[in-house]
Amino acid sequence: MAATNSRPLSPHLGVWRWGPHMAVSILHRVTGAGLSIVGLAVLTWWLLAITGGPATYATFTKVMTSPIGLVILVGLTWAFFQHLLSGIRHLAMDTGAAFELGTNKRFAILTIVGSLALTAAVWAYLLGVVK
Amino acid sequence: MSVGESATPLGRVRGLGSAREGGEHWLTERVTSIALLLLGTWLIASLLILPKLDLRTVAEWLHAPSGAVPMALLIVIGFKHALDGLKVVVDDYVHEPGNNFAVNTFLLFLAVGGGALALFALARIAFGVAG
Repeated sequence: MAATNSRPLSPHLGVWRWGPHMAVSILHRVTGAGLSIVGLAVLTWWLLAITGGPATYATFTKVMTSPIGLVILVGLTWAFFQHLLSGIRHLAMDTGAAFELGTNKRFAILTIVGSLALTAAVWAYLLGVVK
Repeated sequence: MSVGESATPLGRVRGLGSAREGGEHWLTERVTSIALLLLGTWLIASLLILPKLDLRTVAEWLHAPSGAVPMALLIVIGFKHALDGLKVVVDDYVHEPGNNFAVNTFLLFLAVGGGALALFALARIAFGVAG
C-alpha cells in the first residue's frame, strides 16, 4: 500500500519521536475517540436509565459506582478536560499562533497538567458532596 | 475506479481531489467544538451543582427547560462532532476506498441511531412520560 500511495501520512506511533506536543496530539485523538464511543454510550444509557424508572436507574447507578464504573467515569472526566484544553490549543493554532517550538511545547504540557488538575478537582468535590 | 485513456480530463480527476466539502467539514468540526466547550462545561457544572444525583433529582432537572434544552443541544451537537472527528481518524488510517466507505457508513448509522435514541429518551423525560 505504502509503495503505491504517496499521499501524506498521518501520525503513526512507530514513526514519530515522543515529546509533549506529539503526545498531546495523539491524546487528542485517543480522548476524542473515547468520548465519542464510551462517553456518548454512557450518556445515552444514563438517559435511557432515567426513563426506565427506579429499577433501571438503580442498575445504572450500581454499575457506574462499581470500581470499573468509577474508572470509566474518572477516565471520561479526564478525557473531556484533556480534549477540551487540547481543543482550545488547536483553535489557537488554527489562527496560526503558537507554532514556535518553545511555546508549542509549553502549551502542550499545560493541557496535560490542566486536565489532571481539573479532573482531580471535580472528583474531590463530587466524592466530598455525594458521600 | 480505473480510468482508461479515453477518459476526459474531468473524468480523470473526478473523485481524486476536492469535493468542495472538505472546508465545510473542517469548519463544522471547529464550530461544534466551541459549542461543546460551553455545553460540556454546562453538563459537568450541572452535575456538580445538583444536590443529589438520584433518579428524582436528575429527572426533575431534565424535565425543566433549563435542563432539557441544553441537553438536547449537547446530544445533537455532541453526536455530530463525534461523527466528524471519527471520520478524520478513519480517513487517516483506513485507505482502501471500499473499507473506508464501509467504516464511515457504519459510524454514520451508529451516530444517527445513537443520537436518535438519546433524544428520544430525553423527550420522554422532558415531556413527563417517565415514571
